Amino acid sequence: MARGQGAALDRKKLLADPILVTTIVLLITFLTLFILYPLAILLVDSFVGDGTFGLGIFKRIFAMKSFTRAITNTLKIGFVVGILSALIGLLFAYVEVYVRMNRFVGGLFKVVSMLPVVSPPFVLSLSMIMLFGKAGLITRFLLHIYDNSVYGYWGIVIVQTLTFFPVCYMMLKGLLKNIDPSLEEAARDMGAGRWKVFADVTLPLMLPGLGNAFLVTFIESIADFANPMIIGGSYDTLATTIYLQITGAYDKAGAAAMAVVLLCITLLMFAVQKYYLEAKTAATLTGKASRGRMLIEDRSVKVPLTIFCALVALFVIMMYICVPIGALFPTWGYKFFPLTGKWFKLVFTRYHGFKAFKDSFVLSLIAAPVTALLSMIISYLVVKRKFKAKGFIEAVSMLAMAVPGTVLGVGYIRGYSGGLFHTGVLQSLYGTGLILIIVFVVRSLPTGTRSGISALRQIDKSIEESAYDMGADSFKVFMTVTLPLIKDSFLSGLVTAFVRSITAISAIILLVTPSFLLITVQINEFAEKGSYSLACAFATILIIITYGAVLLMNLFIKYFGTSRKIKED
Amino acid sequence: MEKIKKGVRLEHISKIYQDPKTGKEFYAVKDTSLEIKPGSFVTLLGPSGCGKTTTLRMIAGFESPDEGEIYLGEEPINELTPNKRDTAMVFQSYALLPHYNVFDNVAYGLKLRKVPKEEIKDRVMKILDLVELTGMEARMTNQLSGGQQQRVALARALVIEPSVLLFDEPLSNLDAKLRVSMRTEIRRIQQRVGITAIYVTHDQSEAMALSDQIIVMSKGVVAQMGTPQEIYYHPVNEFVADFIGEANFLKGTMTGRSGDKVTLDIHGNPLVVDGRPDMEEGREYTVVLRPEAASLADEGGMPCKVVLSCFMGSYQNYHVMVGDTLVKLEEHNPKNKRIYQVDETCSLVFDPASVHVL
Repeated sequence: MARGQGAALDRKKLLADPILVTTIVLLITFLTLFILYPLAILLVDSFVGDGTFGLGIFKRIFAMKSFTRAITNTLKIGFVVGILSALIGLLFAYVEVYVRMNRFVGGLFKVVSMLPVVSPPFVLSLSMIMLFGKAGLITRFLLHIYDNSVYGYWGIVIVQTLTFFPVCYMMLKGLLKNIDPSLEEAARDMGAGRWKVFADVTLPLMLPGLGNAFLVTFIESIADFANPMIIGGSYDTLATTIYLQITGAYDKAGAAAMAVVLLCITLLMFAVQKYYLEAKTAATLTGKASRGRMLIEDRSVKVPLTIFCALVALFVIMMYICVPIGALFPTWGYKFFPLTGKWFKLVFTRYHGFKAFKDSFVLSLIAAPVTALLSMIISYLVVKRKFKAKGFIEAVSMLAMAVPGTVLGVGYIRGYSGGLFHTGVLQSLYGTGLILIIVFVVRSLPTGTRSGISALRQIDKSIEESAYDMGADSFKVFMTVTLPLIKDSFLSGLVTAFVRSITAISAIILLVTPSFLLITVQINEFAEKGSYSLACAFATILIIITYGAVLLMNLFIKYFGTSRKIKED
Repeated sequence: MEKIKKGVRLEHISKIYQDPKTGKEFYAVKDTSLEIKPGSFVTLLGPSGCGKTTTLRMIAGFESPDEGEIYLGEEPINELTPNKRDTAMVFQSYALLPHYNVFDNVAYGLKLRKVPKEEIKDRVMKILDLVELTGMEARMTNQLSGGQQQRVALARALVIEPSVLLFDEPLSNLDAKLRVSMRTEIRRIQQRVGITAIYVTHDQSEAMALSDQIIVMSKGVVAQMGTPQEIYYHPVNEFVADFIGEANFLKGTMTGRSGDKVTLDIHGNPLVVDGRPDMEEGREYTVVLRPEAASLADEGGMPCKVVLSCFMGSYQNYHVMVGDTLVKLEEHNPKNKRIYQVDETCSLVFDPASVHVL
């Protein structure tokens, strides 16, 4: 059988659409230059960085005790944090879906699910130190423990768990809602007790989903830079070790090889998660719940579960509140009253606060629409069009999800500080605001693309076909049909990209030059120096900005979103 | 709509797909040649997976044929993208743009063609009048019933005055009653506009009611093309006979010939029917008997035994055994007739002129 003519005709039809072709070419160039190439150069560097081809550099770094220790540390933390987050997340999801809750607890749950969206990555580390550290509000002044150390293993584990479990909670909630209640009712009907139903029906159905949540958290944990940096103390993880290898030891080839090791670990996890567990999750939980679930009213189940979750939620919320309050105390751990605005004032008078906010704000504001539009275009091409390079585009934009920021940062240093392949081409890009914007875009692209793809999958293919059939070319179809239909997804992608950009640190800290002051970098610097009040003041303003952006988005979607108009029946 | 009507011609069209599970390639449409006359209403009819929708989508341009060439009028259109083809499609799911109201949906194609605003308004209102939706211009599409949405989809396709109108099972989402009234509507409008229409369906009564010509497809190839009467009364094979209406197949050996008539022996009963010149004595042939063409009597036909007798309102439904062959029949207007019960033996009678030898 010869499929040649059909393929040739498809190609011709594609080429008849110059805007589409240009978009695809630009997209491939962008993805190659800014995702594939930096990773490729890391590989090249770590094999030939010292002039000869071979495993020399790898041998050298694996001989470093600090590096092998960092690997064990990272894996240990990732494992524990993954398990804890998945379990707490499951508990929250179970309580929300299965147990009748009062308004107050319901509100707490909502806040907890919102927090990780708006908060900068290291806020919990800051408050952990301020509450439980040597001069901690709780340890020192409430419990009178004077030498408590939060730095190190347990500090990282607690902070990361509290940071990541809401993500697991949201993931598992979606899955639990998809379990058909009649399955559990059938088990109950045949005489199984509530615990038995959970153990024999609910849990087995959730197992792939739990594994998925575990791996996602695992990847997040080992890629996390900010928390280990602030609260890790001398307990180094891979991300911080790589950072120190570059900024402290100036060993760029060594850092490149380390980055390759970190990348391999996350890629492996990502592959398992993406191709094995996601498919399994989808296979076991396909149906939609046919009708409402009988909520658990039984007090012996309801009360302890609710109390436990409410306590955890309150604890997390308290830790967040601690940050703005910390910025208002005259001297943390020493003098608490009267509350003062001096730290905020100092931020703007002595520490170039305006410039920091302006730089962060402007760069993120440019990156956000670019990211949102780019991810919508990618999703459109992936879901709605067929062409040869589609697989490449999809794979590379998903690959970016598995790349830790630190790895990307090192890749950009190696890839662009001397120009493309150290030839000087594009060297002028290095150290500019443009490369920071590009990093922002690349870092937020996968999340945007993922939400765009799932939004587009829900739109009947024939709606776009009909527009095409009526005489619209690809560009017109995209602008007049696709984009308006996924406006909500586009808007939330816009804000997510903005929030992620303005709170980003891991890759950016390696690439930022003194001409740019970024808020997150400032917070990190002050926290490192122990000026927690200043760090808190910066962080507070950052939270206000991100929270404001999210509020604005919700308002905008409420009044201008398309889905309300379309969905009302 | 003063436009030269165009026909559609398919020359040796094939489309190959890959089975996503096994990775094996197969012909979705194989070496199909068709000629659709300008202004005619043609239906592609067949079970799911027979290649009818693929054929339609190749005409619309959404799929590219792996072999052969498609002509619109005299122009080869293989290389044209759907937006450059002078065809308009009515989709199964209507595919109305949910963020536009009725007027904007219908006007969409005209706006793309940069038609002046006044003219757009004029033409849209005229078409809305034709599909009887006047006064609904400002409604959002989700405020319309299924039938109304279908009319909007039809109006949207008609307003750009395409050479060919394509329908992809447009009525399958409607309930049974609405389906019947909409198909009359579609036929009325097509006749009035005089446009060439190609209609895909798996519903044989729809195909009968609508078409000038029916093309029955099976496994990627055309099984038969003809008027509804030709296809119903003279099916070329068992598949077509069975797919169009209900059919009983009686097998019999030819025992003799006199002039145009041949004699077949069916379970020991001689049956004299119109034969074809190529029929040979001693060979077995299949006779198609439609359920409505037969009835039961006490004697005078083929002896048979009743295995099912069921009152259906307008007719009595019987299953009877003639030898080891099951025959289904419908006795219409059963009120004043004798009703045979299960296990009764009786006689199957029919006019030999109403059967067709395959």
